Amino acid sequence: MNRRDYLLRKILFAALTLLVVITLNFFLFRVLPGDPVRSVVGRNVRISPETQATLRAQFGLDKPIFPDQFFATIGQWARGNLGISWSLRQPVSEVLIAKLGNTLLLLMLGQLLAIILGVSLGLFAGWKRRTAIDVGALAFSLVAWAMPTFWLGIILLAAGSSWFGLPTGGIVDPRNIGKPLLEVLPDLARHLTLPTLTLTILYLGEYMLIMRSSVLEVLGEDYILTAKAKGLSNWQVLRKHALKNAMLPIVTLIAINLGFTVSGAIYIETVFSYDGLGKLFQTALTKQDLPLLQGAFLLLAVSVIIANMLADILYTYLDPRIRAT
Amino acid sequence: MSERWFLVKRNLLDFWKVFSRNRMGIMGAFLVAAAIFVAIFAPFLSPYTPNETIRDADGRGMTFAPPGLHGPLGTDDAGRDVWTQLVYGARISLTVGFLAGFISMAVGSLLGIIAGYFGGPVDTVLMRTTDVLLVIPDLPLMLVLVATLRQLDLRISPLVILVLVIGLLYWTSTARLIRSQVLSIKERQFVARARAIGAGHAHIIRKHIIPQVMPLVVANTVLILSTAILVESGLAFLGLGDPTKPSWGTMLNFAFDRSAISNGAWWFYLPPGLAIVWVTLGCVLLGNVLEEILNPRLSTHHLEGETRMVMRNEKFEIPSSDGVD
Repeated sequence: MNRRDYLLRKILFAALTLLVVITLNFFLFRVLPGDPVRSVVGRNVRISPETQATLRAQFGLDKPIFPDQFFATIGQWARGNLGISWSLRQPVSEVLIAKLGNTLLLLMLGQLLAIILGVSLGLFAGWKRRTAIDVGALAFSLVAWAMPTFWLGIILLAAGSSWFGLPTGGIVDPRNIGKPLLEVLPDLARHLTLPTLTLTILYLGEYMLIMRSSVLEVLGEDYILTAKAKGLSNWQVLRKHALKNAMLPIVTLIAINLGFTVSGAIYIETVFSYDGLGKLFQTALTKQDLPLLQGAFLLLAVSVIIANMLADILYTYLDPRIRAT
Repeated sequence: MSERWFLVKRNLLDFWKVFSRNRMGIMGAFLVAAAIFVAIFAPFLSPYTPNETIRDADGRGMTFAPPGLHGPLGTDDAGRDVWTQLVYGARISLTVGFLAGFISMAVGSLLGIIAGYFGGPVDTVLMRTTDVLLVIPDLPLMLVLVATLRQLDLRISPLVILVLVIGLLYWTSTARLIRSQVLSIKERQFVARARAIGAGHAHIIRKHIIPQVMPLVVANTVLILSTAILVESGLAFLGLGDPTKPSWGTMLNFAFDRSAISNGAWWFYLPPGLAIVWVTLGCVLLGNVLEEILNPRLSTHHLEGETRMVMRNEKFEIPSSDGVD
């Protein structure tokens, strides 16, 4: 396929998915009983008739649902106005932005470790296939898959806090809040250990499995035979010829995993009381704070869709079969 | 009729011959069967009811009693027997998982058959829909949907909401699998012949397509089951289960919320998680082996002899976890 057409298709698809998510969110936003203004400011908040009128005008509630209200609402969302959280009495967008950084830190650390470990172990398992190492790696990924995320978190939390004295929750010790970053770094690292470990174990298995089968496939290719025939050592074959090509499916998997990692963050942040978007999601859920919930969903879904699109675009640079044509 | 019965019997015997030689398949079947047995015979496996407080000789409730002190698994924060909750919880977890799994299976097979058989625009629309569903992060989506449905006050049980939301979200992989299978079946000669002698679409689908894809549907359903049970446990852990009918996930929610971890009550938070791993692992093992025996695309080449083992086949996979964790 022509590269330009490929990119165009991917971008169009991302746009379509965005449209679906936005429409769904709009629908959920409107399906609630009562005056929709209430779903923006909350049930029991007293607001003056003027404020109510302003809000009605902002979200276009005095006009028909489609197209006026729909586009007015999307316009407000695009400007970052996601309504007011019922439980926190703050604009949803401000609450979300405050937590975003913490979640990104956790997810990136966990993914990075999972990718590095998973790729190396998968490479090794594929190389030494049908040995005890290989079977062990398979069994590990299977059990890791069958284990509920939050349960693994609970076990690590219990073991880590009682055996190694690691903190049971939060991002830094309450005494350290407000101190300069450099000073709290060791404390931060201690708090991050268990959540990151949980995330790493969870995703490690999948990267390992994909890398393993990818290596097996690549090792069967003719150019590997050629490389061996040239007299290259095993290590050279692996590094110069097998690794690069076997890495391609990993890029796809990283993109696919983005959505799953977000789910993982919700469980892990809940278990470790880690102050990020996932924990926020869970709090909003228990407090029945729908504007916050829907705002968080919109933010997460849009980020995942855009990240997926970027990964697809990146792929065209990595895979010469697409680049060449 | 008798001839048909004979065919069925012979097919089953053939299947058993291959299956019984597969250790992983047998183990998976055992794990699943044991769990179903426990769920069915729950009242016979425990002298208590799940909500009964166990009292010591002085009539005080035994809270957080360790396994040595009471029963095989001790008691929880309210002095209820953990083993009893576990065996009754199997009923809830398995029922929700099975019902949701069957909905996914029915929706996925139906859409897969329609898309594969009729092709054209119908196919395009269905496949784009699965693409879109794959990109949207599923846990946040489910949480928002369930929370909104609950807010609507529809007077339906939380468990029914769980079944519907899980069932209607996880059909995509089934639909894709069945579609690709139907695509190849409909090009075979017997379908062309049936069409030539004037058979209608309904007849061809009923007599030729469905019997051919049925084995694959069965294998896939077992895999979907593992996903459904895992997802149910996660949603229940986040507090979306029915507290009056605790599943394993709800038990873990209770354990976590009522500080079983800081009390060191490992007998409260370990068993439910182990039960979940038990069942999901069983389903994955069984499903993989069934798929391998029944899916013509995965079977090894006919010249390699007929011993098909999971470990021999390099394509051993865990279900494309649509964001399970």
